[in-house]
Parts: sequence; C-alpha cells; structure tokens
Amino acid sequence: MINVTFVSADGTRRSVEIDEGLSAREAALFNSVPGIDGDCGGVCACATCHVHVDQAWMDRVGPPEEGGMESDLIQFAEGTTETSRLACQIPMVPELDGLVLHLPELQH
Amino acid sequence: MATAANEDRVHYDSVESIPLEAINVANPYLFQNDTVGEYFTRLRREDPVHYCAASRFGPYWSVTKFNDIMAVDTNHKVFSSEAKLGGISVQDMHSVEGALELEMFIAMDQPKHDQQRKAVSPVVAPSNLLLLEPIIRERAGAILDSLPVGEEIDWVKLVSVELTTMTLATIFDFPWDERAKLTRWSDVTTASPETGIVESFEQRREELIQCAMYFKGLWEERIDKPGGNDLISMMAHSPATRDMPFLEFLGNLLLLIVGGNDTTRNSISGGVLALNQNPGEYQKLRDNPALVSSMIPEIIRWQTPLTHMRRTALEDAEIGGKQIRKGDKVVMWYLSGNRDETVIDRADQFIIDRENPRHHLSFGFGIHRCMGNRLAELQLRIIWEEILKRFRFVEVVGEPERLLSNLVRGITRLPVKLHAH
Repeated sequence: MINVTFVSADGTRRSVEIDEGLSAREAALFNSVPGIDGDCGGVCACATCHVHVDQAWMDRVGPPEEGGMESDLIQFAEGTTETSRLACQIPMVPELDGLVLHLPELQH
Repeated sequence: MATAANEDRVHYDSVESIPLEAINVANPYLFQNDTVGEYFTRLRREDPVHYCAASRFGPYWSVTKFNDIMAVDTNHKVFSSEAKLGGISVQDMHSVEGALELEMFIAMDQPKHDQQRKAVSPVVAPSNLLLLEPIIRERAGAILDSLPVGEEIDWVKLVSVELTTMTLATIFDFPWDERAKLTRWSDVTTASPETGIVESFEQRREELIQCAMYFKGLWEERIDKPGGNDLISMMAHSPATRDMPFLEFLGNLLLLIVGGNDTTRNSISGGVLALNQNPGEYQKLRDNPALVSSMIPEIIRWQTPLTHMRRTALEDAEIGGKQIRKGDKVVMWYLSGNRDETVIDRADQFIIDRENPRHHLSFGFGIHRCMGNRLAELQLRIIWEEILKRFRFVEVVGEPERLLSNLVRGITRLPVKLHAH
C-alpha cells in the first residue's frame, strides 16, 4: 500500500492508503476524499482531477510531459501553477509513498 | 440521385429492415420525430463505426460507441476541428453560399485554439461562477414566481428560454431590457432557412452583422474601464483576444451565446420531460431533494443537448477496426455513446441517483471539452432547487415538439401545468 495525503483548499489534511499500480485519482476517489471529480474515468481526457504537488515531492513526481495530452488539458484548468498535475497521471509507485497533494478549491 | 427532401423522407417499415449501408443517422427528421435512438441501437450492435457513403452532407463515418468516441475526441492531433476543413458538425461550415463565415475557437486546432480558449475560460471558471450564483438564483426565483399555477403554459417559452437568456445576460452584463436579443441571435446562429427561423442565409447574415455591431458598442464602452468580471470586459482586456479580427470576435461571442443558450435551454426542458416519463424518479426527488446534485449530470446525459461533434482526419487512422482515410469526415455521436450499455449501466434508463453520473459524453472530452460545463450544471442546480421549493409537480400535459436539427437536440414546445405544494 502507498500512503497519500490530500490537503484541501481549507487546509484539512486526509491521509489515505491505496494499492500500488493505481493512480492518485483513485487514491482520492476510492477513499471518498472530496475535491476530485475525475469525470473522464481516469484516462487523461478532462482536467477535473487537477492537483498541486507539494513542493517537497515535485522532484520525484516531475512535470507533465511537454506537448503531451496532460499538458494540453491542464492549461485550461483554473489556478494552475508550476506544480499542477492531473492526479490520474500520477501512478502510485513505492518511491511516492508518503506523497502530499494539494487540492484546488473547485475543479473546472 | 435522390433530392435532399426525398432522401430524408424515405420510409421503411422498421429500422431493422433498412440495409445497413442505407442508414443515414444525420437525417434531421429522425431527430425531430425522436426515432434516431433505434438507429443508434442497431449501429452499436451491428456496425459501431459505420460509413454512410452518400448523404446530403456528403459521405461520413458515424462513431457510435462510448470508448471509440473517447478515442477520437482525445486524438486532436489526428482528428481536426478546423473550420476550413469543414469544422465541427456533419454539415460542413463554409459550404453554404451567402452564409457568414464565422471563426470560433471550437472550430480551430492548436495552437490558436488554446490561446483563445485560455483567454475566455476564466469567465466560466468555478471561482467566477461563485460570484454570479446569487444573481442567477435571485433572477431564476423571480421568473418562477411570475408563472401562473394550474394553467397550461409552454415550459420552453416561459421558463427554459427565459432562464438561459437571463443567465447569459448576467455573464455578459448585457443590458437587461434588451436580453431577448441574445435568444434571437443564438437561434439565428444555428439556423438554416428550412428551420423557419430565418428565411434565407442572407437574412441570417444581416442579423448577425447587427449582432456584431451591438457587441462592438458594448466592447468600446468597456475597453477603457478596468476590471469587470463579465465576458465582454474580459475579452476586451485580454492580450489574447483584444486585437481579434472582426469575424473572430463575432464568432467567439456567438459561440459563447449558442454554447450557453441552446444547450442548457434543452436540458431544462428535457429534465421536466424525463421526470414525467419516470414518475418513480420524480418521487425519489421529492422525497430527497439532495438528489439534485446527481440528477443534474443524469439530465445532461439523458438529454445530450448536442447530439454530435464532427472531426476531419488529418491522416489515415483506425477507429474500432475500421480504416479511416485522410480527409474523411468523422462524426462522434454523443447521443449514441451516452446510451452505450457496455460502458453505462442501464444506459437506456433515466436514474437520478446513479453511482457515477458524471461519466457521460455530453460535454465531450479532450481539449475541446465544453468550457461552460460548470455554468450549465450551476444553472440547472439552481433552477431545480428553486422549482422544488415552489412546486410539488411540474406536470407535462401534452406532447412535446422537437427541433428539426441533427446537431441541437431541442424541445421547441412543452405544455405543462404547475401544481403548488
């Protein structure tokens, strides 16, 4: 199991466990963490699982691939920053055990 | 060769008896008489990526299953929206003599699409909508309070049209007393002469030019005023949009008017109809008004206010095992994908408390996904919350009339009677 902490826009912290191989989107949805919609089903086709990766984890998570679908979609999300990612594109691997993700107030 | 009128009215005893190759789901009459669903059911079963070799819209592919539609919608580098290649509907853009050639970002590819969309997107982003919510709620309440109880009225005219026009006027900060102009321009933008909305393409052109002049006036008033959360101020102030050529300016305004008008209008009407056709669901809603939040995406799936989006293949490609050639017209039938039982549980039923109601195709997916989706949902949520406060039953008391269009799934008349609590 991989541990992920989601920090809501109001500062609430929720730590959840998720099976290796799933994504950060599932980590939130399967554990009823509010703040992620994930309308497309987790296939990188909308941008309703937008998260900000905690600065301390940015090196390990990395930015979205330049010119790829995730970058194309993320540009239309609200309030994006250099640490913006789509949670469905963050696979739960052992190196990310303990990951901290910040949720936007609302998904567009 | 059959004339357009003949082609549209060819009659078979049943959908099953039509030769597959003769099926033309773009025939607008199938939408007006609401029988197109039977055709889609057959195509999903027998030929989910179907080629229609001849129609008045030319040859085209129909993509009818959820996952195939998703694959096309998210492959914008191969499947183009570019207006000059025909644009985004089965009816080619720029193909009608005398029609005004509008330029809209919905019918552009990268990189121009991205720049223009980014410029106008903030007006319908969730944080701006929070500012608009109280105004929309107050205005919606006033419209509902003005309706007569116990009399037959046309829900489309008195409620659906009024509410969406009111919302548009709010996001444009449009002069309140002149807001009926917005409805008219929206109707005219998508009209061809056969709909009866305009008499000719020349008339359409004239009216749209008047529309442009009117907006130009508003633009000039606002361009030197700082701030402004309304759409015109945002477009006038953003570096990405402020120097836009005239037809692009007009095109993008009309895109936002049509996008925010025709669609939600028909979801408001379609929701009332669906609840009447499914009285058990209506009762669930009365018993538990909190179900509004899952009912709204279900209404949007059920209605599918835009039946399709079209793309043009920029290179040879494969969809669902079929070979698509460069230049082919590919139509993604969202209305069909939203009934795909292999992806959506009990897809042919209207269920207001589905487990995963947001997983539908009505907004499309990929970079062209509906920008105003949150506004649409907000509007529908407010309206249903306010309806439930006031009326025990919005009863449909006559047959609905439907729009002659293969793009906008429209209800043009819906007789209802209101019952107070």
